[in-house]
Amino acid sequence: MPRSLMFAMALALSMLTLAAPAFACGGLIGPNGAVNLLRTTTFVGYHDGVEHYVTAFQFAGGGGKFGSLTPLPGIPSNVEKGGSWTLQRLIRETQPIKATAGPVAFGATRSDAVEVLLQTKIDALDITVLRGGGAAVGEWATAHGFRLPADAPEVLDFYADRSPIFLAAAFDADAASARGQRIGDGTPVHITIPTANPWVPLRILALGKQANDPVTADVYLLTDRKPAILPLARGANGLTLPYDRAASTALLDDLRSDAGMDWVPASGWLSQLRIDTNAATLSYDLAVDVQGHSPSRVAAGLETPGAADPTPLALTLLAAAMAALVLIAIREQRRTVLA
Amino acid sequence: MKLALLLLLVAVAGACVPAAPRTVAITIHYSHYSTTQVDVPAGLPITFIIRNDDPIDHEWLIGDLAMHERHRTGTEPVHASRPEELTIPALSTRTTTLTFPTAMTLMYMCHLPGHEVYGMVGMLVAK
Repeated sequence: MPRSLMFAMALALSMLTLAAPAFACGGLIGPNGAVNLLRTTTFVGYHDGVEHYVTAFQFAGGGGKFGSLTPLPGIPSNVEKGGSWTLQRLIRETQPIKATAGPVAFGATRSDAVEVLLQTKIDALDITVLRGGGAAVGEWATAHGFRLPADAPEVLDFYADRSPIFLAAAFDADAASARGQRIGDGTPVHITIPTANPWVPLRILALGKQANDPVTADVYLLTDRKPAILPLARGANGLTLPYDRAASTALLDDLRSDAGMDWVPASGWLSQLRIDTNAATLSYDLAVDVQGHSPSRVAAGLETPGAADPTPLALTLLAAAMAALVLIAIREQRRTVLA
Repeated sequence: MKLALLLLLVAVAGACVPAAPRTVAITIHYSHYSTTQVDVPAGLPITFIIRNDDPIDHEWLIGDLAMHERHRTGTEPVHASRPEELTIPALSTRTTTLTFPTAMTLMYMCHLPGHEVYGMVGMLVAK
C-alpha cells in the first residue's frame, strides 16, 4: 500500500476518534460581538528567516456572518490555502491515538490611516491584509461588517503598537453555501511571513470574552533547533509545554508531503504549547528566539514598546551598579557606627 | 466708595441673568467613560458633550433602573430622537442638554452587547 494512502487512512481514523477541534488563532467576531470558538490549533514553522503560519478558520455555532482579525509580525509575502492535513498530523504526533490509530519591528509607529496590502479569497474566506493603527483598522473592520466587541479598541492598539499588520478574514456564507460548505467547516490558511523571529498572537484569543471565560489553544512550533520562548511555560500563567523534543523524521516527511509544505527541513525541533486559562489571565503573546537566547519582552506583551529590552550587558551593568550602591551604603553605615 | 457701589450693581445684575447651561464633558476611550460620577445642580440645564475616541460605536443612555432594564433587551439600533439617549458613532462627538427638575440619582450606560459588563456605566447625581 502506498505510504500516502496509509497515512490518509490513519488520519481518517484519528479524526474519527478525536473530538473535532476548531482552529484559528485570531479574535472571532460574531454578529453581536459574540464569539463561539472551541479549542484552537495553530502551526508555526520557522526556517530560513521565514515564518510559516498555518491555521484553519472554523466558525462554530450561530448564523450570519463571521470574521476574524489576526495580528501578524510582518507583511506576508504570500497567503494561500493551507495543506490538508498539517494541523491534524501535528495533533496526532503529540497526542497518539491508542489502539485505533494507525523580521519583526515591534514597537512600530501607530498610523492613523489604513492601507490594504493584500486581498485574496480562499474557499469561502475573504482575506485582507491591512497595515494601520488600532483605530484605523477598527474603523476599516467596522465599515466592512465586523462587529467589534467592547475590548477591541484597546486590543487593536495593543497590537498596532507592536506590529501594525493585521489579517482580516471574513466568512462569506453565500460562497460557502455555493461550495457546499457550512458554518463549522474549517479552511486551512498558510501565511508566509519573512521575519527575524517567529511570533504568535495569543492575547487576541480573548477578544470579546468575559474575564472568566475559558480560552484554550494549541500552538505547534517547529524550529531548526530548540528555541527560547517567552513567557515561560510555567502552568500558573495558563501556558504549558506538553511536548518539547526533536521532531521525528516521520513527522517531517509527512508535513513536507502536504500542499505548500516543501520548505519543511530535514531536521527540526517541535514544541507544543498549550494555552488553558481564562480571558483575564491571557494578557501575553508568544515571543520566540530561534537562537535559544532571549525573546523580546515587548513582542511577548510583557513590556510596552519603547521600553527597550534589557540586554545581558545592560543587566550586568545594572547589577554592578546596585552592588556598588549596597557596598557604599554598608560602608557609610559602618562609618556612622564608628563615629 | 463709588467703585464699590458700581461693583455691587454689576454683581446684582449678573445674578439676575439666566444661568448659561453648565457643561459636562465625557470622553469614551477603550470602552470606558472618562467620568463615572457626575454631580450637577437640579433645575438647571446641563449640556453634555460626549466624545467617542474609539473606532466602534457607543451609547450614552441616561435614566433610572427601569429605563436601563428596558434597553438591555431593546432592539432599537440607533438612538437619536430623545435627548437622554445618544448613539455616538465611532470617533465622533454628540451633544445634548438636559434639565433634572428635582434631586435625583440616575445611571448612564452603553447597552450595546457586552459594553455594560465591560464597564460602560456611570452615575449622575442631581442635587
